Amino acid sequence: MSAFERYGLSDDQLIWLLRNMLLQRTIDNRGFQLNRQGKIPFAAGSEGHEALQAGAALAFQRGKDILAGYYRDLGLFIGIGVTPEEALRSQFACASDLNGGRQFPHHFSKKSIGLVSMSSVIAAHCTHAVGIAYALKYRGEEGRAVLCSFGDGATSQGEWHEALNFASVHHLPIVFLCENNGLAISVPLRKQMAIDNVSERAAAYGIPGTTFDGLDPLVSYDTVKRALDRARRGDGPSLIEGKVHRYLGHTTDDDDRTYRTREEVAELRKRDPVPTYEAFLVKHGILGQAQIEALRKEILREIDEATDRAEAEPLPAPSELYTNVWEGEARPWW
Amino acid sequence: MPQLGETVTEGTISQWLKRAGDAIEKYEPFVEIATDKVSAEIPAPVSGRIRELLVKEGETVPTGAPIAIIDAADAVEAVEQAEPSPPPGEASGEHGGERRVSPAVRRLAREHGIDLATLRGSGTGGRITAKDVLAAARPAAAHPAPVAGETIPLSRARRIIAERMVEAKRTIPHAWTMVEVDVTNLVRRRAAMREAFERDHGIRLTLLPFFIYAVVEALREYPLVNARYTDEGIYVHKEVNVGIAVALQDNLLVPVLRHAERRSFVDLAIAADRLIERARTSRLTADELAGGTITVNNTGAIGSFASAPIVHGGQAAIITMEAVVKRPVVLGEDDAIAVRSMMNVCTSFDHRVLDGATICSFINEVKRRLEAIGPTGAL
Amino acid sequence: MVVSAPSSVVNNVEAVRLTLYEALKSDPNVVLLGEDIGARGNVFLITKGFLEEFGPQRIIDTPLAEAAIVGVAVGMAMEGLRPIAEIQFADFIYPAFNQIVGEAAKTRYRSNGDYTCPLVIRTPYGGGIRGALSHSVSVEALFYHVPGLKIVAPSTPADIKGLLTTAIEDPDPVLFLEHKKTYRLIKGELPAGRYTIPLGKADVKKQGDDLSVISYGFYVHQALDAARELEREGISVEVIDLRSIRPMDKTTILESVKKTRKVLILHEDNKFGGIGAEISAMLVEEAFFELDAPIRRLCGPDVPPMGYARTLENEYMISTERMAQAMRELARF
Repeated sequence: MSAFERYGLSDDQLIWLLRNMLLQRTIDNRGFQLNRQGKIPFAAGSEGHEALQAGAALAFQRGKDILAGYYRDLGLFIGIGVTPEEALRSQFACASDLNGGRQFPHHFSKKSIGLVSMSSVIAAHCTHAVGIAYALKYRGEEGRAVLCSFGDGATSQGEWHEALNFASVHHLPIVFLCENNGLAISVPLRKQMAIDNVSERAAAYGIPGTTFDGLDPLVSYDTVKRALDRARRGDGPSLIEGKVHRYLGHTTDDDDRTYRTREEVAELRKRDPVPTYEAFLVKHGILGQAQIEALRKEILREIDEATDRAEAEPLPAPSELYTNVWEGEARPWW
Repeated sequence: MPQLGETVTEGTISQWLKRAGDAIEKYEPFVEIATDKVSAEIPAPVSGRIRELLVKEGETVPTGAPIAIIDAADAVEAVEQAEPSPPPGEASGEHGGERRVSPAVRRLAREHGIDLATLRGSGTGGRITAKDVLAAARPAAAHPAPVAGETIPLSRARRIIAERMVEAKRTIPHAWTMVEVDVTNLVRRRAAMREAFERDHGIRLTLLPFFIYAVVEALREYPLVNARYTDEGIYVHKEVNVGIAVALQDNLLVPVLRHAERRSFVDLAIAADRLIERARTSRLTADELAGGTITVNNTGAIGSFASAPIVHGGQAAIITMEAVVKRPVVLGEDDAIAVRSMMNVCTSFDHRVLDGATICSFINEVKRRLEAIGPTGAL
Repeated sequence: MVVSAPSSVVNNVEAVRLTLYEALKSDPNVVLLGEDIGARGNVFLITKGFLEEFGPQRIIDTPLAEAAIVGVAVGMAMEGLRPIAEIQFADFIYPAFNQIVGEAAKTRYRSNGDYTCPLVIRTPYGGGIRGALSHSVSVEALFYHVPGLKIVAPSTPADIKGLLTTAIEDPDPVLFLEHKKTYRLIKGELPAGRYTIPLGKADVKKQGDDLSVISYGFYVHQALDAARELEREGISVEVIDLRSIRPMDKTTILESVKKTRKVLILHEDNKFGGIGAEISAMLVEEAFFELDAPIRRLCGPDVPPMGYARTLENEYMISTERMAQAMRELARF
């Protein structure tokens, strides 16, 4: 067995990373399957982001840090405490869903684990993340940071720039994590920006910027951890960019054959982080192949059970439409 | 006092830089003014001589208030009056005449049983307003107790009735006749029918529809009674449109039951009931009050035993049904005496159109039909 | 150190100032953010002295970025602070539109109560001060449509204090509109001590029997002047100051209309699709049989508010005479 940089992680933690990646991929696939079966109207996949999100989730401190993520962060959400049940309930829009079946799948809100409520509007959450970081600093809370994640497309929005500007002026405890998969639905990077790396933008705001290999879960873990540590100890914001792939379309409503060839995707798949990491663990004797198979089976069974349970659960009652518009009972107008 | 700043409303004279009597050049600073937003030196608006300073140093005045008088060297600048522009032609809403009533007026009239036709409107263009209706609804206004020595002003309704009555009497030579009708069987028949009729048709059955029915049938044999005098000749109406007189508080309405000649007994009963109800709740339309060819009046309902009604303009006859009274009557060839329900039927008629023979034949036909109504049988 | 006005009669600027001051003093979670609110003390001097007393952490001079001002405030509110964001003029609020209607207004609903957004956005609005086309607009009609958002527009010092206090403590996002022409023009008694006025409660500023005038903002004061003039002519006008645009006080409006049966809606904002349209629709739905006249709306013309030249502004703004004339016509209808 050759030595490898494990960034201080135990074997259990290394295995946890794989577990998270497999959970993410299985739930993702399940979403697509349910949609193609006609059981749910919509699913958004995150295949290709597993390594980055697992690493980031491991670096995230539960009970302390806060995550302002976006709709493609299933792995991050699972990694910081959303359960498979909750994930499937959001796909089926059950009454017991974290948000009562009101939102698109995976647009979670779970304040108890620091998961900030989000809309589908790209980059709208970035200023929220900044405001939250401001509140942490204002209250003098040390050792806490905000992780704000988004895709490459988000970095074109004016508000994204406003968020980085504000955070840098006020030296806030926040990490801006870009999950750069090279596509904003169909728009490729070269039409999205004139630079090669999103992290180059950091200089415009006087904060450090780093680009890293988002297909490697250990490097991802380390990079995110360093940035979060920096923020937690009061050294201010940073912009980190993990390069990842997106193997599927944007969502089940997007046919990516209209803008890229199967050959391109096949080429990307050669570096698929999940089998790559599995091979890595086997190679370094952390897990045997049979154990990996067993783990996959166990996760599949877990997701099957969660699917069946969620499918059997009732949808929200029509009367549930009217609650929580304002505090107290909502009335139509008047 | 100039306005120094968007929301400034007053200013204070900090220091006068000139005295009364001093010469002054246009744009030359002549006073220092302080507001809560800014402090500034104010340049003179004209060249000339300062006649008088109106405000003391340290005093605060509203913007626009005069602070100094300067006699300008050349022609005085014309003072512009800010003319408020004429209001844009937003019509308050011209409403054509009194016909249209607002929802409030309609509702209030119905609630208070006010006939809108009797009201004069005080609103724009003669519109009847809610206040007009409420004023009419006040008990004191509706029935002014006649006070001896005082003149009660005429309501619109009373004025119209008066005009029509005079016109009718003036133009139509009235004559009158009466018959007695034995309605004993009719009364029994009505009593027997009443409950089922109400259940089946939803209205209370009175003697009126029987009467109208008899009149309409009699008219088939004596069509001249359903006519009108004109200078060109006597116009015999094609249809029988029966006006039914309805007495209200301060008004008399005569809604018209059209095409009575085509209607069945039940139909007549329901239509008459509906018209009377609408008359009482002021919901009659103009159409429902026009086009009568003959009129009936249930004067018996107000306790009359015999009456001499006034013929409706444009018609030839008006027929009344008087009170039903139980009286001892001589019956049969044996001259037996029995107590029977007797009802007088009176008619005033236009003697230009009808003579005694025709009208008596007609009215006896009405009598015959009414007396022929037995305990059972078709109507 | 911020000094309270020596007497209890203050203008609207002072009312806002004193209320903000009290809030800052009593609740350490209250922070203010906006452009020029720190050293400059706000362009109307509303926050003058606050920076010195409360420090730069609580009185934040933000970068020139309206979307961020509101977005950052949303984040602060989600995390438990009580931010009061200022948009320097309502005309500049548009870049923050998504943050207000798509984010702040929806936070509670989309998270089904998991997150809430107790945020106040204050902004001066309205014309009549030669502010031309970017310092005169009324924006309430753009926002009152949105479920999840509350909007108030008081125009007297006492109302400002009560409603701003309530807004700051309200658990939902509140857009607090301050008519800039009334800032120094309108003065009134300011009751001492802390008090609140509930949102959604209008105020009958003058009782009357012949017609109901419904208004808010600067025009309430002109309406009162016109009503007093009409009183001398024997016409009794009831003037309702809505104060609260959303929620709106349906009960008070209906009670008044049932009494007078005639309604004049008066607002500075453009007529088409303004607040008056919603009130009119509601009245026809719920008080049809009470109405003795068509509902009259006397509102801003449908042109961008408002030209800079004095003649253009005077044409846009409705004079007291025009209001009186409309009231007269309606009373006589």
